[in-house]
Amino acid sequence: MKDKIKELKIIATKLRMDIIEMLAEAGSGHSGGSLSCADIIACLYFSVMRHNPKDPKWRERDRFVLSKGHACPALYAALAEAGYFPREEIFTLRKLNSILQGHPDMNKTPGVEFSSGSLGQGFAAAFGMALGYKIDNNPGRIFVMLGDGECQEGIVWETAMGASHYKLDNLTAILDYNNLQIDGRVSEIMEIAPISEKFRAFGWTVYEIDGHNIEEILWALSPERIVPGKPTIIIARTIKGKGVSFMENQVDWHGKAPSKEEAERALKELREELERMMRDEGSC
Amino acid sequence: MKEAVKSTRRAYGEALAELGELKEEVVVLDADLSKSTYTNIFAKKFPHRFFNMGISECKMISCAAGLATTGKIPFASTFAIFAAGRAWEMVRLSVGYTNLNVKIAASHAGISVGEDGPTHHCAEDIALMRVIPNMTVIVPADATETRKAVFASAEWRGPVYLRLGRPDIPILFDDKYEFKIGKANVIKEGKDVSIFACGLMVWQALQAIELLEKEGIDAELINVSTIKPLDEETILNSLRKTGCAVSAEEHNIIGGLGSAIAELMGERFPAPLERVGVKDRFAESGPWKELLIKYNLSPQDIKEAVIRAIKRKEERK
Repeated sequence: MKDKIKELKIIATKLRMDIIEMLAEAGSGHSGGSLSCADIIACLYFSVMRHNPKDPKWRERDRFVLSKGHACPALYAALAEAGYFPREEIFTLRKLNSILQGHPDMNKTPGVEFSSGSLGQGFAAAFGMALGYKIDNNPGRIFVMLGDGECQEGIVWETAMGASHYKLDNLTAILDYNNLQIDGRVSEIMEIAPISEKFRAFGWTVYEIDGHNIEEILWALSPERIVPGKPTIIIARTIKGKGVSFMENQVDWHGKAPSKEEAERALKELREELERMMRDEGSC
Repeated sequence: MKEAVKSTRRAYGEALAELGELKEEVVVLDADLSKSTYTNIFAKKFPHRFFNMGISECKMISCAAGLATTGKIPFASTFAIFAAGRAWEMVRLSVGYTNLNVKIAASHAGISVGEDGPTHHCAEDIALMRVIPNMTVIVPADATETRKAVFASAEWRGPVYLRLGRPDIPILFDDKYEFKIGKANVIKEGKDVSIFACGLMVWQALQAIELLEKEGIDAELINVSTIKPLDEETILNSLRKTGCAVSAEEHNIIGGLGSAIAELMGERFPAPLERVGVKDRFAESGPWKELLIKYNLSPQDIKEAVIRAIKRKEERK
């Protein structure tokens, strides 16, 4: 277990480095929200989910839908690392003829389960996938990641109601709760708290965790946490821009890519973190 | 003998229940209107393949898309204004952009919804749906065509918008009628003018043709039940023969069948065109037959449009 946690921490840091590299190369994109969900995405793709990059359409696979589609650099980094496509592709992000669109495209990118970015729709589509799996007695699980600002969309609550009505215990949502959205703090723009109580009232099983603590993430995503007949949501407290000191908790880094110089500074920090982790057994 | 009538929404509900027998993958979603869209027939027969979403059309459309990714053939139904209007952006992204195999069967289209009034009418949906890439738009003219369109939609790979109406209207075609997605059908041949109609306006056009015959005008009637992809060749072949056209639809004259015909004629066959439709205004509550008259969708309106089109053609000579 200790080795697994260390391995996932290393992978998450590598994903962060790839996120910085691809965004700097693209010259635009969403840094903050990609970095905040990197630990969770690392745990999903490299520990929790049953999936096969050699057979992306495997019928019984677990699926992940990134409903907060603007964080796709994190997803692309994970898909490349898992082997869905060659890593070099990440440097084509947002460029003409790329398989990596500015927001996820299921028809262009191997491993992307749904086209998302217009907030709330990925959540409702994941609900449909979970319903489809139930009809077929498919044992796969459906994971979906929401942003906190995204919860201001009406369709999120339509879906929250639907998933518990249809008792979709094969659906697990993860809320990347970094408390920042484009215009400012979520609590100031349009308060979503108390979010756990809201989902509980809608019939969901709710777990609250530190979204950067690998042990807590793995605990919450374990099938043992599922309460039969109820969908699950993990409220993951995160830091926007996590891992890069000058991006952390800065609202301006929502929809901005680092310059070459900023990217070098960010990569230096992340490289040092990576080296420290490789060296220091105790840190795990 | 009483004329055989049936609404296209009822024909849809009946066909869907039949289709359910043949195709295990067909699942049906509704948003609390299953008694009005007649998906309740399917629901009763296949309760485990029917999902009521409650009053939440946006979720319904994206959920249908999610179901399609698991190999299902979802038919999602509600009133046209809610499917095409309220949930438009879900249709665009979750269904159009993904190009998933979702069928949106929207009833209560047009103004023949009647007494419920403009909040529930929908004279905008053809425009809204046909601007979405990958979307196929079908407007059946009667119960027979609706049944065939339901079966054809299930075989068609990709998004389909099926436009259905509330009122009982005459059954125009028998079982021998051939329906093919993307094919316009010549209902009556003629030489003086081409009438391109869809939905219940095909029936209105047939009545207009009787009026025109009395005045010695020989009109050709084409049922353009697939608005997109448009059957350009059938339309152009008719125009080459008649030299002028009238479009007739239970829709705003902006953006619907008339616009599609105008786009084609502008590029390929400039000639006089008169558009019959709702003249860019909201209708009102009232009995549907009276609404069709007040809002210029009657056989008389088609007849007058035909006369104008022919006059313009003559003036060009």
